[in-house]
Amino acid sequence: MDSIIKIKNLHAELSDGTKILNGVNLEVKPGEIHAIMGPNGSGKSTLASVLAGREDYIVTEGEVEYNGMDLLDLSPEDRAREGVFLAFQYPVEIPGVSNINFLKTSINEIRAYKGEGPISAKEFLGMVSEKSKLVELDNKLKNRSVNEGFSGGEKKRNEIFQMAMLEPKLAILDETDSGLDIDALRIVAHGVNTLKSSENASIVITHYQRLLDYIVPDIVHVLWNGRIIKSGPKELALELEDKGYDWLKKEVITE
Amino acid sequence: MAYTEKELAKELENKKYEYGFVTDVESDVIKKGLNEEIVRIISEKKNEPEWLLEWRLSAFRKWEKMEEPDWAHLKYKKPNFQDLHYYAAPKTKKKLDSLDEVDPEILKTFERLGIPLEEQKALSGVAVDFVMDSVSVKTTFSAKLLELGIIFCSFSEAVQNHPDLIKKYLGKVVPPTDNFYAALNSAVFSDGSFCYIPKGVKCPMELSTYFRINEANTGQFERTLVIADEDSYVSYLEGCTAPQRDENQLHAAVVELIALDGASIKYSTVQNWYPGDENGIGGIFNFVTKRGLCEKGSKISWTQVETGSAVTWKYPSCILKGDNSEGEFYSVAVTNNYQQADTGTKMIHLGKNTKSVIISKGISAGNSSNSYRGLVQMNPGASNSRNFSQCDSLLIGDQCGAHTFPYIEVQNKSSRAEHEATTSKIGEDQLFYCNQRGIDTEKAISLIVNGYAKEVLNKLPMEFAIEAQKLLEISLEGSVG
Repeated sequence: MDSIIKIKNLHAELSDGTKILNGVNLEVKPGEIHAIMGPNGSGKSTLASVLAGREDYIVTEGEVEYNGMDLLDLSPEDRAREGVFLAFQYPVEIPGVSNINFLKTSINEIRAYKGEGPISAKEFLGMVSEKSKLVELDNKLKNRSVNEGFSGGEKKRNEIFQMAMLEPKLAILDETDSGLDIDALRIVAHGVNTLKSSENASIVITHYQRLLDYIVPDIVHVLWNGRIIKSGPKELALELEDKGYDWLKKEVITE
Repeated sequence: MAYTEKELAKELENKKYEYGFVTDVESDVIKKGLNEEIVRIISEKKNEPEWLLEWRLSAFRKWEKMEEPDWAHLKYKKPNFQDLHYYAAPKTKKKLDSLDEVDPEILKTFERLGIPLEEQKALSGVAVDFVMDSVSVKTTFSAKLLELGIIFCSFSEAVQNHPDLIKKYLGKVVPPTDNFYAALNSAVFSDGSFCYIPKGVKCPMELSTYFRINEANTGQFERTLVIADEDSYVSYLEGCTAPQRDENQLHAAVVELIALDGASIKYSTVQNWYPGDENGIGGIFNFVTKRGLCEKGSKISWTQVETGSAVTWKYPSCILKGDNSEGEFYSVAVTNNYQQADTGTKMIHLGKNTKSVIISKGISAGNSSNSYRGLVQMNPGASNSRNFSQCDSLLIGDQCGAHTFPYIEVQNKSSRAEHEATTSKIGEDQLFYCNQRGIDTEKAISLIVNGYAKEVLNKLPMEFAIEAQKLLEISLEGSVG
């Protein structure tokens, strides 16, 4: 089966030359959920940012094939329009722009890219009401400015709400579990699980095994020092929880 | 009795070109410089009554003794006032045969603003023989308005046809010696608009100088006088979203509004004078004095959307003289590249139970500087008065500046003034967030800016609001690298 995304030997650094990714290889197929774990500073969030096209990082080597296209060749907005969705670790506040207006603009821009006309008000509102139930998003948040004054948990739920509305092909969840209490975690996970299909795929970046109790991954990868040093079935996450990362680091060094 | 705008438009469509353009005064320019003789010539050419000449002369004599103010947060090379022409009679703009002859950049802007083809022609000086020709439109409007007793005409015409009203009200709100530029304007004003709404009449359409845009002499020293008699209402639109280029670098207009007991005036401006190029070369200096006088129970509302001019110095104000009167000021001022704006308002509360609202939204991008300067003054007699002020600044990029200079003077114990101010910045994080949701950077800026300015844009008449929204988008184009 064709992959949704195929990352080959990806190297990336900051503009000051600090190397962060040092040859990442990863292939995700439709219907799969991949978890990426690793200690602080291992490059997890950088990987998410590079895939989404953040300009702070310079790709120095390697390639990323997405849906048959050269992903690195696309602008950030075109990546989004092609179905790459990043759930931000720190969702950004946009004062003065209502959540609903923001989403409608987003949907219409994506539709325009595909040569479709704007979404009808009826269809849009129907979707809003259906999808917001999925993450139990408070009705009043829809008309508030994007993320402004939202609690940490509300922001994360709003990310998953947007994801549900945009129906991406590849969702990248960057530490979506950070700062969530157990109820919010369950709600977010429920959203992600419900959206899972044989057509799409997710990359779930997390620090803790906890999230993976709710979102069950097909494969777990360990990122360290900008490289994936181990991949395995979901039990790997439990092993990491148990033993920490040090045994893996040693394994790599002695290789 | 009341005509809807639709009916009028329809009638105009069927109307033939009636009066030609402006009177043929092509080369009627007097020599540079300013002195009493020039003032006399201007007055004479306009066939003005003696008292108006004296009025101009007295303004001129005071102006001579005044200094150009430098308290504003602006840096520019002061104009040499003796090196200007003070009377260049309305030159008929060169007529073009088709839109193909118009600067393609201007056409592109028209397109994006969604201005209909016929209007595009009219605005860029392409010969059109019906509808949008400014003179015939104006005349048709005037005829309809006259049935209601409304007078809407050029200032020069009003001097000839309604001298009593002019004599009674001219300079009553902005005295000739009010400030340097007002004095200059009073001495040499070329023309402008005059409007009178009789008692109890609600003007059925938006009065707009937009229709008169091709009348070349809206020019340098424009004078506007709007009088709303008791219990009347008028909504007046000034300016135009289309890019305005002008060879005159200095503009010093005066606008006076008078709302008599129970009257209401809504005055909306969209200003898009040439702001200079991206290096700050060229562009118009805009020094405007706008003020309204509110009698008992009346209301004046200023709505301003300013995107143009290299230097803007402008404080549309309200004198709340009558008890229970209300003043409002809603403003969006955009500066980009090297533009500078020092704008705001004055709300002078004299009467009891007077209310004022100030909503000012500054947007600065590029290397520009954008200042809000406002005065809220509640005099000892203005008991139980209220003011609410909100002054927000939005920064785009890190080379621009925003400043707020609020002055609040409450001189009685029963009144209250509230002031809120915020500064925010469109950051790369916000733009990336939008990009990641499929919204490109230009669209993202427009989304954020329009969200930010929404409260003010909502105050504009509908068709203006939509154009103004697009105008903000265009003005800020390329402001993020």
